[in-house]
Amino acid sequence: MQRILGQLLLISFAVIIVAPLLIVLFTIFKTNSEFFSNPIAFPKHATLENIEQLFTKQTMLRYFWNSAYVTLTTVIAELVLSTGIAYAIMRYGKSKIAALLFSLFALGLMIPSQVNMIPIYSLLRELSLTNSHFGLIIVTLSILMPLSVFMLTGFVKTLPKEIIEAAEIDGASEFRLFAQIVTPLMAPFLATTAAFLFVIVWNDLLFPMLLLVEKSKLTLPLALIQFKGEYITNYPLLMTGVIVTALPMIVMFVFLQRYFIAGTLAGSLKG
Amino acid sequence: MKKHLRLLEFILPGLILYAVLFMYPTISALYYSFTNWDGLSPSYQYVGIQNYEKVSKDIIFNKSLTNNIKFMLFVVIVQTVVSLILALQIYKKSKLNVFYRALYFLPTILSSVSVGFIWTFIYDSNLGALNKVLSMIGLEGLTQSWLGNPSLAIFSIAAVQAWAHIGQMAVLFIAGLQSIPPELKEAAIIDGASTFRVFYHITWPLLAPAAAIVVSYTTIQSFKAFDLVFTMTGGGPNYSTEILSTYVYSSAFLNYSFGKAATASVYFLILIAVITFIQFKLLKTDRVSY
Repeated sequence: MQRILGQLLLISFAVIIVAPLLIVLFTIFKTNSEFFSNPIAFPKHATLENIEQLFTKQTMLRYFWNSAYVTLTTVIAELVLSTGIAYAIMRYGKSKIAALLFSLFALGLMIPSQVNMIPIYSLLRELSLTNSHFGLIIVTLSILMPLSVFMLTGFVKTLPKEIIEAAEIDGASEFRLFAQIVTPLMAPFLATTAAFLFVIVWNDLLFPMLLLVEKSKLTLPLALIQFKGEYITNYPLLMTGVIVTALPMIVMFVFLQRYFIAGTLAGSLKG
Repeated sequence: MKKHLRLLEFILPGLILYAVLFMYPTISALYYSFTNWDGLSPSYQYVGIQNYEKVSKDIIFNKSLTNNIKFMLFVVIVQTVVSLILALQIYKKSKLNVFYRALYFLPTILSSVSVGFIWTFIYDSNLGALNKVLSMIGLEGLTQSWLGNPSLAIFSIAAVQAWAHIGQMAVLFIAGLQSIPPELKEAAIIDGASTFRVFYHITWPLLAPAAAIVVSYTTIQSFKAFDLVFTMTGGGPNYSTEILSTYVYSSAFLNYSFGKAATASVYFLILIAVITFIQFKLLKTDRVSY
């Protein structure tokens, strides 16, 4: 009895998750006129018109490129910078510098972006870095640094100390230790952190919205916001935008699931 | 000491960036909160605590605060309870359970903008699936203007926040549940303990740390739920879904009162600090290990 109840529960929740997504998926294959007569069910005359229209009327490839460029650059640079800091925190061992450095970044976890977005915006305007991907990238790097330093410090502390000490006794320089010993050992953890950061940067709205103005520079979430203004009366087309922009992430999730899930675990432990 | 200096090259690039683009702006937010800057003009004046008085008396600020608390309570309770119940069903290793976990996790990877648009569509009073399905199964009485009804809208959005993050929180509970040695439960069951007693006396005490993480993570998340509100209602109707983060945003970038926005953000920061501190104190004490 308890087992049946349990299964029922799991299936009901699966329906709650999947049903809205399926309805959206059906919608993108309907013309606007079919949608009005048949808003929920499977399309009777499936059409690819919406997808075609989206790609011909919008510079979709440009938006994809912008998002990919900003996300990849940010995630890679973030990993390089934060792994360096996490490595230094580990190497300082139990000294006060390690504790100070760690708390400096951990403190940043508590500060919501709404607190520093105003000064960041005016600082970037003074530096003429608004409306540039470079500006967005350096801002995102600094905003996500507390999170990534926190995650990577947690990971780096689990590495076997003997290997590092042995290499140190053999006379390896600090840079060699970092590049040839620690970084390879960190590989799975770097992948986990990367997956977690990737989702955040790819989906980010606030700072791209503040900093990017020109249409040719927009990232996908911003492009979606813009479609909403244009297609307010055309749900099939708007939902096509939603699905098309989510597709790369869904494909990645299917293949790299365990990194996403491990990333959530490590990233949420910051609470 | 030499080693300490050599490590500097690993720290400095990140630290400089963090100092310039994170710490300095955070401190200047504090500074701006004592000025009447509009965000554009080159000159502004020091106005003391005037902004703090104004903001704390501002009806919309107080409304945002109340809305934010409603939103938080709804999300924290629903998300924690549902994800725990689901986790208890799927924490054991099996192919089907792994499938369920991935399925429940799926909305987490979608952008809040996408999630917001999907649900604006589902909630649409005329064309949305929710009202259509309710009428189809004979529950016309329950059809609603989900985002247009001022006393309901904030909860409609909170439900979406929970929909998107329950799977993520289930992952945390599953990790907690998997760390409990199964022999403990088996022994209790052999001794004749009921399912409820096993949960209450064995599972729960060991699960408390995971629950603490879920609750505090969810709390912070629900204060940061800017994207969803922004895409679904923009704070309306009549400020009924305005929360602190959207209030700060619109004060700064729609009404150009940076000083006031900075002040609201300082209040926002204090609130988060207090909540985090209380939760830390409350939840840190009851850690158990066998």
